[in-house]
Amino acid sequence: MSIDRRGFLVAVTATLGAALQDSLAGSGPAGRVADPASAGRPMTALTAADIDAGYQAIEKKLKCTCGCGLDIYTCRTTDFNCTYSPNLHRQVVALAEQGKTAQEIIDAFVAQYGQQALMAPPKRGFNLAGYFVPSLVVLVAAGFLIRALHRWTRAAAAQAAVAAPASTGSPDASPAELERLRRELERHPG
Amino acid sequence: MTLLGNLALWLAFLMGLWGAVTGFAGGLQGRTDLQRSARQAVFAMFAALVVAVICLEVAIFQHDFNVAYVAGRTSRNLPTFYLWSALYSGQEGSLLFWATVLSLFATLAQVLTSARHRAYLPFVAAVTCVVAAFFISVMLFAPANPFARLPYTPVDGAGMNPQLQNPGMVFHPPMLYLGYISITIPFAFAIAALMSKKLDVDWLVAIRKWTLLSWLFLSIGLLIGMWWAYVELGWGGYWAWDPVENVALLPWLTMTAFLHSVMIQEKRGMLKKWNLALILSSWLLSIFGTFITRSGVIASVHSFTQSNVGYFFLGFLLLAVPATFVLYAKRLPLLEAESTLESMVSREASFLFNNLLFLGIAFSVLWGTMFPILSEWVKGTKVTVGPPFFNQVNIPLGLALLALTGIGPLIAWRRASIPNLRRQFAVPATSGVFVLLILLVAGMRDFGALMAIALGGFVMGTVTQEFARGTSARHRQYGEPLALAALRLVGRNRRRYGGYIVHTGMVLLFVAFAGMAFKTETQATLRPGESVTLRSPYGHVYTFTHVSVSQYDALNRRVTAALVEVSRDGKHMGRLKTEKRQHVDALGRNTFEPSTEVGIRSGLREDLYVVLGGLVNGTEQAVYRFTINPLVWWVWAGGYVLVFGGLIVLWPGGGPPAVRRTQAGYAVKLEART
Repeated sequence: MSIDRRGFLVAVTATLGAALQDSLAGSGPAGRVADPASAGRPMTALTAADIDAGYQAIEKKLKCTCGCGLDIYTCRTTDFNCTYSPNLHRQVVALAEQGKTAQEIIDAFVAQYGQQALMAPPKRGFNLAGYFVPSLVVLVAAGFLIRALHRWTRAAAAQAAVAAPASTGSPDASPAELERLRRELERHPG
Repeated sequence: MTLLGNLALWLAFLMGLWGAVTGFAGGLQGRTDLQRSARQAVFAMFAALVVAVICLEVAIFQHDFNVAYVAGRTSRNLPTFYLWSALYSGQEGSLLFWATVLSLFATLAQVLTSARHRAYLPFVAAVTCVVAAFFISVMLFAPANPFARLPYTPVDGAGMNPQLQNPGMVFHPPMLYLGYISITIPFAFAIAALMSKKLDVDWLVAIRKWTLLSWLFLSIGLLIGMWWAYVELGWGGYWAWDPVENVALLPWLTMTAFLHSVMIQEKRGMLKKWNLALILSSWLLSIFGTFITRSGVIASVHSFTQSNVGYFFLGFLLLAVPATFVLYAKRLPLLEAESTLESMVSREASFLFNNLLFLGIAFSVLWGTMFPILSEWVKGTKVTVGPPFFNQVNIPLGLALLALTGIGPLIAWRRASIPNLRRQFAVPATSGVFVLLILLVAGMRDFGALMAIALGGFVMGTVTQEFARGTSARHRQYGEPLALAALRLVGRNRRRYGGYIVHTGMVLLFVAFAGMAFKTETQATLRPGESVTLRSPYGHVYTFTHVSVSQYDALNRRVTAALVEVSRDGKHMGRLKTEKRQHVDALGRNTFEPSTEVGIRSGLREDLYVVLGGLVNGTEQAVYRFTINPLVWWVWAGGYVLVFGGLIVLWPGGGPPAVRRTQAGYAVKLEART
């Protein structure tokens, strides 16, 4: 097979180009980047366990221990510098692979790290106060408010009853007219 | 410069002490010479603090790395934009910023307060001087001195935390600080009213603009903070119920409650004790929030490093709470209501329930924030109180509050009749039910989201009806074209209709919050050319194709950028870029751990949110998280509407102040009878 000079140059350029280029979209392996160190912590390819919805649901109930305040799943998929959340994730996967249920995995975390491992305290004992005190306070306050409103409106009604005879002598407007006026005022903006 | 800065701090501190002493003495004894001296002390304190700020800015811009604050927060290659924000990006600088802005507000209160309210000013000067002097004392004695020097001079500074190198972080802290700080002025007027025993509506008139200003700054600060969290932190949300977020929300809630209940005092002479208590507690909560943020007593991603600065705030709080309470309790007999409530079904009663809910939410947020400490004290057990807890407790209260947002404006002042209620509620209730039915037919089943959007429909029905009736009344009365009538309606009744615009903003926010119930996400490891698909809650299928990874140097960082091609239902939509940034100093040394920049494509229906997790073994094979966040755009739109409404309310003019129409209901009754 013969090849002319132009064909030879094109072939050489194409070969060199392919060798120099990191990768081609949609084909071939991913090439190395120039400075991997500045691209963050080196990662491994995600496994099925990393994207399993069941594990994610468990991890969303468990707090990362790095101090970020996030749950394990959110931390490992947000703070890619965190070294705690990937380990905690592996711990979840390992427990699941031992055949433990979601609740057993959560219980195992609580046994190891204490109640603070949970994103919300369990609804028992003193923690019930955490859940119900705000609602209770609002209900009690609403009760007091309704009672106070009753008292005030009764007092206002009593005052009106006392004041009514004094004002009966000089009404320039009938109650119907006053009601009409009130309706007009309600309709009027401002 | 640091010597001058230190001298300025000491001078400001002494001026603060002098202003406090002369302000209180001058106010109590009625001595005009002392009152004048207090006023001048405020001006001098402000001038001295401005000098201190200039000194710190000069040190920052001159890269004087012998100053510990400059070395710890900046570097030679930090962009100029962020050199400005370096002033408040750290503990010491933010304290200086706080004291300076407080002294500016104190000066403005002295200068801008009308002659009618002059009697309050000596006490206002005294209170603002006490608070400013406290902040300066923290810098001088804590120690948190922004002018402290190092025993050596580093070649370059440590640089600014990458997460703070975001436009949101340039504006979020100062806005929040402005909100926190400006609460001091209404608080100072409240203390002045208590001390001078002038407890009529005058002090309320004097603080009206200040309370609105505080509320507006707090609102803007919170919204920008949400935006920053969304675009910078990369977890795909904007509110995480972090303790520092929570304590910033507390004064906003109490201030919002006040802005509603103060109308009852202005119109009916009622709730004097309550309104005073709301202003006093708003300020105390702002100091409490500062304590939580700066002490590190509760773990938070936002907290400044744990230091003894927080305990200065705790001490200040422990002095301020009893002092305020004693003064308040002593004046309670002077705070009797001038009239009583006439009916359970009235605007006043609905505002009281509105206040109950605002305070209920504030309490539950405070309770949840402090519960880990309480649990440790009582049971010795550390617990975490995260979003599941706050959502469970606060969503029902928030929905009830949203309902009241629609109910309140429909009920007449003093007393509402049955025919009136029927007429008022017909359209809004129908619109709420209509929205609910549409959502149910569309297949939505999430109860919280259903209620939020349906109640949003109800509130919008109320707002629309109010605008329509007001506009048509003007159109009939003055023969104005409808558009002009609508504009003039708002212009002449800024408080009322500006308030309705704020309510519209709140509806948009609630609807947007509801959208997050339908968030979907996936993770994938992709080689160039490989794709992953994700179905949106609207049924569209998005395809994300990893294109390439490129690396380049920018001003103060090395960037690793990953490019993703996006298509929806097979139709090309564009490209998204997400980055890893390794920040470096001027010598090329790494300054922080690599940070992540999110790629966001924002739309009316949903946001596409792409995060580069990292590269597999240093190759172009990349780990991604792809998220579809519905309705996030409406959070920011709602924020704009809310701020716009707030500005309308705040704008000067627009009819006589409400106080001149005090007890309008009674005036009408008298006029009708004479």
